[in-house]
Amino acid sequence: MSGAAEVLNLSLAELSGALAARRVTSREATEAALARIAATDGRVGAFLAVTAEQALAHAAAADERAAGGARRGPLDGVPLAVKDLFLTRGIPTTAGSRILEGYLPPYDGTVVERLLAAGAVLLGKLNLDEFAMGSSNENSAYKLCRNPWDLARTPGGSSGGSAAALAARQAFGTFGTDTGGSIREPAAFCGVVGLKPTYGRVSRYGVIAFASSLDQPGPLGRTVEDVALLLQTIAGHDPKDMTSSARPVDDYRAGLQGGARGLRVGVPRAWLAEGVEAGVRQRVEEALAAYERLGATLVDVELPHTKYGIAAYYLLAPAEASSNLARYDGVRYGLRRGAGGALKELYRATRQAGFGAEPKRRIMLGTYALSAGYYDAYYLRAQKVRTLLRRDFERAFERCDVIAGPVTPTVAFRLGEKVTDPLAMYLADVFTVTCNLAALPGIALPCGLHPSERVPVGLQLIGRPFDEAMLLRAARALEREVGPLPPPTGLED
Amino acid sequence: MSLSLDEVRRIAVLARLELTPEEERLFQGQLSAVLDYVAQLEELDVSSVEPMTHALAEGERPALREDEVLPSLGPPVALANAPAREGTFFKVPRIIE
Repeated sequence: MSGAAEVLNLSLAELSGALAARRVTSREATEAALARIAATDGRVGAFLAVTAEQALAHAAAADERAAGGARRGPLDGVPLAVKDLFLTRGIPTTAGSRILEGYLPPYDGTVVERLLAAGAVLLGKLNLDEFAMGSSNENSAYKLCRNPWDLARTPGGSSGGSAAALAARQAFGTFGTDTGGSIREPAAFCGVVGLKPTYGRVSRYGVIAFASSLDQPGPLGRTVEDVALLLQTIAGHDPKDMTSSARPVDDYRAGLQGGARGLRVGVPRAWLAEGVEAGVRQRVEEALAAYERLGATLVDVELPHTKYGIAAYYLLAPAEASSNLARYDGVRYGLRRGAGGALKELYRATRQAGFGAEPKRRIMLGTYALSAGYYDAYYLRAQKVRTLLRRDFERAFERCDVIAGPVTPTVAFRLGEKVTDPLAMYLADVFTVTCNLAALPGIALPCGLHPSERVPVGLQLIGRPFDEAMLLRAARALEREVGPLPPPTGLED
Repeated sequence: MSLSLDEVRRIAVLARLELTPEEERLFQGQLSAVLDYVAQLEELDVSSVEPMTHALAEGERPALREDEVLPSLGPPVALANAPAREGTFFKVPRIIE
């Protein structure tokens, strides 16, 4: 195959086919990706660490397997990258925080272990909001990440680097985590596909914890098929995660071509009313019309409690975070300050110096919500609202197979626009948090460019528990109908 | 609802954070705004609703394994990231004052 640019424009599935047919080597694909990162990442800021040496060694091993007729599967030799929240043995893992600067994990998490076992080439660690707390990647303690469609805009967050790297053609697939929209929102902002699996479908072992009842790792890709291949590799039971499901994993690729005929698409009309910017609404309505053209039926559904999603989420997630982040105390790993004083001073000085503003804000909020006298009014009430939300979806899914709506109320906003107003930033998650609260799978996929702003608009599909196959099938049907987006415009030289 | 500076300081102590005076004032305003927003949950009657205490799907159970010794990280590996250690221990400042 001729030229690095040509290789970089292949989808993951196409590259996999080319590797299997030995038209391209993993070394060529890996070198092309590394060169692309070197040429563009000064402007994008998607990577916190590039592991070139290890990547080339993995590529050489993959090429040997291919030459010997012993390819391990579709990801063998494919250059991928993971959010810097996934533990990687011996490779710095920071969670985007100063408090973990220099930390070298002693083991690989399950997702990374499965990727390496599948023969994937790991290019490095991707930028994120500190401890995955944020919707714009602006809370990274290390550097800004920019949207390849328009470098003045945010790539979204918290998995901003995971989406930006794909849009910038720096990797063929990436992994993120989604606690309140952190895979789907950046995927929508950068014009790629991102899937948040059902809680329990993908192991959380070796993923730095933010809010353990909401966190779920998942794949991002440039096509729905790519996301299906990536999910196939990481899904399934893991005895090291007690919330990991033992249910069999569907064959996601096999179901992709099922089309939309006969599909019942639930539409919560309130999600297309006030608060959704007009250009976003237009593209989402066009996507719904496309489903009808393809033979699907639109069904109005009511999700009356979803408007309380943000309020419940911003009590529950900070409460869990305040507990999970208690472990950063300057004793076992990471930063240490104030060692001259007593133990309490060491804790306080370490945490003061190591955490950025957003983790501190959420630790404060969560500590308050859990504190004596406030627990019932805040935390317990939010857990009850979570039950109501889940029931809303159960009722809706009696009448439809997937629920469709916008991912975000606006397209990618400008860097700096919301940093001084945390509540405004939180409201960007209004359509995504409900999925996490109800523990359901959700996918974001591009449904065209905004009519005047010329940056991507995302469509969100939400499914029944463990019905990722249905989401992927419905997403693939729309993707074929809408066609691919043009290449991003922000990196044109 | 509006948090007082004293409440902000009390929460910081509970959270083992040592805030600067600027952070105390900033968080006082920002956390008050968030608490005002979440107060909308009071509109709902949840008196007969069970709290959702875990995120497992219906029919799923948390998997517990037998309590048996399995291979794990040895002390040198477990201690490798410690900012201070002595022998096979994490080293911390004086605890009893």
